Amino acid sequence: MAEDIKGKLERYRTAPFDSRFPNTNQTKNCWQNYLDYHRCQKSLESKGVDVAPCDWYKRVYKTLCPISWVEKWDGQRDDGTFPGKI
Amino acid sequence: MAHPSQLGLQDAASPVMEELLHFHDHALMIVLLISTLVLYIIVSMVSTKLTNKYILDSQEIEIVWTILPAVILILIALPSLRILYLMDEINDPHLTIKAMGHQWYWSYEYTDYEDLGFDSYMVPTQDLVPGQFRLLETDHRMVVPMESPIRVLVSAEDVLHSWAVPALGVKMDAVPGRLNQTAFIVSRPGVFYGQCSEICGANHSFMPIVVEAVPLVHFENWSSLMLEDA
Repeated sequence: MAEDIKGKLERYRTAPFDSRFPNTNQTKNCWQNYLDYHRCQKSLESKGVDVAPCDWYKRVYKTLCPISWVEKWDGQRDDGTFPGKI
Repeated sequence: MAHPSQLGLQDAASPVMEELLHFHDHALMIVLLISTLVLYIIVSMVSTKLTNKYILDSQEIEIVWTILPAVILILIALPSLRILYLMDEINDPHLTIKAMGHQWYWSYEYTDYEDLGFDSYMVPTQDLVPGQFRLLETDHRMVVPMESPIRVLVSAEDVLHSWAVPALGVKMDAVPGRLNQTAFIVSRPGVFYGQCSEICGANHSFMPIVVEAVPLVHFENWSSLMLEDA
């Protein structure tokens, strides 16, 4: 499973089509991947497992989310004011 | 780009725009034929000396001028829906670019691999060199590889804007807090111009969009150079 993700990451071009978000509005796609990366990181770190599989979500949210949004959310997480549940 | 006294659409630079162009020709031809027919009938009715006092009903012509318009509407609707569904096809993009609207410039972010971002301001008229286009040129162009499916995510940092490039058949509103997706393939290398298409303040007319389509090798060189400069 980790090898699959590593392979996918090596062949990564851009965020692929996600059938959960088939329409014009991709806001939730960016938000969901941002959340999924940080949740994945938090849960794998707490188990002491390698966090490399989480990198898929990181690549996708870096592709989709505007840099200003990511910076804002990172700041909010540091301040403890991030509105999402991680 | 548009040229002086242009009447029709710009030459298509993407497959979707080609379809739209042909559909526009088809629909406009129908409209012109109907208008000519109606104008002819009006002129001939008005200029005749004949009067007919004995027509009470006319089942046959009523049937014809009901069925014929319905058929014409179907002939318009079928190509229209074909293009609509063509535009709605699931894409498999090779590259994602974010276009962020600001007052009053666009910024482009290429973050698939590295964090490349830059602003694109209009070149003021007094700074143009001969050969450049007034109110259309920008200091940095959005460079894309040609013949590759590109996904553009459009948003805004302040007020509503709209990202449009007529030659590619693309227009997408830039809404703060929302990420709108559009996609295109540029069929040929070239430089394609557009302008902000949603009123956004004093300099709404002065924040143009320039897309430069180049072969992949040139795109890779350009992105390396841009990353070095950043």
